[in-house]
Parts: sequence; structure tokens; C-alpha cells
Amino acid sequence: MTDVASRRDVGERPAAPERIMTLTVNGRPYALRMDTRVTLLDALRDRLGLVGTKKGCDQGACGACTVHLDGRRVLACLTLAAQAEGRAITTIEGIADADGPHPVQQAFMEHDAFQCGFCTPGQIMSAVALMAEGRAGSDEEIREFMSGNLCRCGAYPNIVAAIRDAASRGGHDARL
Amino acid sequence: MRAFDYVRATDTREAVRLLAEDPAASCLAGGTTQLDLMKDGVLEPPRLIDITRLPLHGIERRGEALHVGALATMEELAADATVSERLPMVREALLQGASVQLRNMATIGGNLLQRTRCRYFRDPTVGACNKRAPGSGCAAVQGAARMHAVLGASERCIALHASDLAVALVALDAVVHIQGLSEARTVPLTEFYLTADDSPERENVLEHAELITEVEIPLPPPAARSGYLKVRDRASYEFALTSAAVLLVVEDGAIRQARIGLGGVGTKPWRAYEAEHVLTGASATTATFRDAAEATMHGAWTVPGTAFKVPLARRTLVRELQTVSGVTA
Repeated sequence: MTDVASRRDVGERPAAPERIMTLTVNGRPYALRMDTRVTLLDALRDRLGLVGTKKGCDQGACGACTVHLDGRRVLACLTLAAQAEGRAITTIEGIADADGPHPVQQAFMEHDAFQCGFCTPGQIMSAVALMAEGRAGSDEEIREFMSGNLCRCGAYPNIVAAIRDAASRGGHDARL
Repeated sequence: MRAFDYVRATDTREAVRLLAEDPAASCLAGGTTQLDLMKDGVLEPPRLIDITRLPLHGIERRGEALHVGALATMEELAADATVSERLPMVREALLQGASVQLRNMATIGGNLLQRTRCRYFRDPTVGACNKRAPGSGCAAVQGAARMHAVLGASERCIALHASDLAVALVALDAVVHIQGLSEARTVPLTEFYLTADDSPERENVLEHAELITEVEIPLPPPAARSGYLKVRDRASYEFALTSAAVLLVVEDGAIRQARIGLGGVGTKPWRAYEAEHVLTGASATTATFRDAAEATMHGAWTVPGTAFKVPLARRTLVRELQTVSGVTA
């Protein structure tokens, strides 16, 4: 009680700055009023309920939060939601279509390219971008250009196999 | 993270004016350093000026120089045709510098201004850090210093500048274009950085109300050969223990021109003038390369954790001189 009263005496802490932001996620626009500190990752998970994008390290090291911004893979944990205004945001929830999973999702299932599954959405978003970048030419190339996505279970051999397989099935043309 | 006002600048002069208005404001570009350090509580700007929509994204060749907008991303620069053709060591340094996700975010201007990865700098609960709190000391000197600097280092600070790109760019004599409130200026990248033994708290000559607008890279002569070798604890997605950016012009077995940058060892991206002095005019032999490496690392200041870097940096430079020159004897 005294704490609250004394805090009132010196005035309420000023409200943190907010901003009304329009985010376009998987083709749908959302208008959100948010604290300027909110990252794209937290906006997706906590405000839009799109919890496929994972929060791993939250400091740009693990790749679990990989999403596409205007078709390019980026880390949602080091992107402010405000910075993503006016950009096309694509998450793991947005890559399948009515016919079924994305070819990379299908290949991950067929090759058992995960154990716990926590890093998987980031791995898949990275892999889809990697193929669009034309970097699935060899296992060595796949390993190098997937190196920003860490997997603590050590599912790497099957991840590489899944991407190689998806690429050989015409994944270069896989839609983003 | 401390609350901040978010302002989006629409033109360069407005961005500089917004900076000048608030001495505590910071710019936000790719965010890969800025937001990370704000989450850690190391940086607490009350106002963040988003500069990502300024028209500074272009990469253009004009004559024998490449003009790179400060907001071009690492990935965009690595994909540039002139970089592939004439600046292979820039391309190699970029591609080994970070994951694709980070390269799609991080800008060229931001890469040059990135803060050190020193774990003691990045942890505000550590009291002794001359970079964060001038005069407080340096915890790294007595601490776990494997990823720290040996050149431009002293008991005041051994924080490493971890950019790979900047190592290639100091070797190439790149020039930084800077916009201030009333005037623009250019600074050679070799004069842009300050060493930590001079001023741990101030890393470069950029004033608060100034913005990097462009990095100009002079193209080396077509006869030059160059490359970047990065030695690290894992094969990909890791900071350098040591690295070497090497550019050579060799004619009839004699070295006509040598430009050397060293990474993983300096409190700033290190231009190895001593090595260049030994190499220039000498015959391209492994013995010459060893002399050059010896001369460069002569002034190293080490602590137990970093002593291994002196021989490793020498070997890294000799190896890359051999690779670039094609001389292994």
C-alpha cells in the first residue's frame, strides 16, 4: 500500500511509447497498438497467436525465429515490429497451401529431419529461402548456407538430406 | 529493455537533425548489434531513429571505384557483380562474416560501426569495463580472453573489433563518406578507427550528429590477386580467432604491391603496414612471407588467454600469402 501510495505521490511512471502498426503477415493485414519495444517475434507469437515461429536464444544466435521479410530470411528476434511495417512478412504458418504442406515441409517429414522439433520452423523457413537463393547445389553448400540455424538434437544429417531431396524435386522453384 | 521513442527518418538530413536534437538518441539500421545490446541493457537510448528507409541502399560502380550505400546489406554487397569480379576478398569476408539471416539484415555502415563482442562489455553486471564506464578498469585482462585482441591492446582494454568486412576494407583503402548537420566529409577507413589503448570508450571518429552515407571502395588493379582467410573454432558461423586479408601484385616473382589487413587480433580492423613494408619489392617466397608476419605481430600485447593468437596470426598470414601468390616454396 505504502509503495503504491508513494509512487502516486511522485507521479505515475510515464507510459511506455506506443505505436499503431500495420503488419502484413502471410498476406493478411493486422493493425496492432503496441509498445515500440515489441519485436517482430513477440508480435507474431503473443499478439497474433502465430506461435510456429520459435523464441530460442532471443539474441540472434540460433535461427529458431527465422521468417521471411519481403522474401528474404531474417531473424524476427532482432527485428522491431515497427521496422516490419509495410513489408511482406511470411511465417511457417504461411508456406503451405490448400493442397498440402510445402515441399520442404513434406521432405522434413519424410526424412525425419527433427527430433524435438523446436528448431524445425526456423530450419524450414531457412531452407525454403536457401533454395530460392539457389544454394542447394551440394551437401557442402547446404551445410554452409544453413549454418545460421542451430539444432541441439543434432538432426543435421537428416536436415541436409531433406533439403537435398526437396531441391532435387524442383524445390528451386518452390514458392516463397 | 528501456522504453524508447521510435522515429522513422525519411531523408538523410532529417535523420542527422533528429540525432543532433537528442544527444542520447541512437540510429537503428539492421539492428543486429543495436537491438541485441539494448536487450542486454548495455545500450539504453531514449529515442531510436530508424534510418532503414533512407535512400542509401544503392551499390554503384563509377569508374574505378565501387560506391556502396551505407544501408546496402551484407548479402546485397556479396552478390554484386563488381565485388565478385574485382573484390573477391570483400566477397569472401562478407560470406564468412555472418549467417544469411544476419547478412540480410546487417548493413554495410552498421557493420563498420558494430560493437565489440567482448563478453565483459556486453554484461552490464560486470563493473570493470573502460568502454562502458571509463576509468573502471578491464575485466577481460584478468578474465576469459580467448576472443580478444593483441594489437592495439593494453591493460586498459583488449576488446576485439570483430568485423571481417572491415579487415578487407582497411586493406583496400576504402573511404567512409559522412554527412553532418552542415557539411559532409570523407575519412579513409584506416583513419576512421581509434585503438582501444588510446580511447576504449571512443571507437571511431564519427561524431554524434553524423551519419555514414556511403563507403567507397577503390578497385585494385586488374593484375592484383586477393583473398581472405578466416581461422575459427568451427567451420561456419563463428567469429575469427585470426584472419588475413591479402592483396598482392606479383610480377616475375617480385612483389610490386602488397596490402594486408588482419582480423581477430586488433582492437580495430588492423592494417599491417609493417608486413607490407617487408613484402613490397621483395621476392615472393615463403621466407619473405614469414619475415612479414614476424614484423607485423612484433608489437603484440598479450594476456595468458590471447598469447596463442600471436603464432596463429603469423601462420594465418603466411598461409594466405602463399595461397594468393601461388608460391609455397
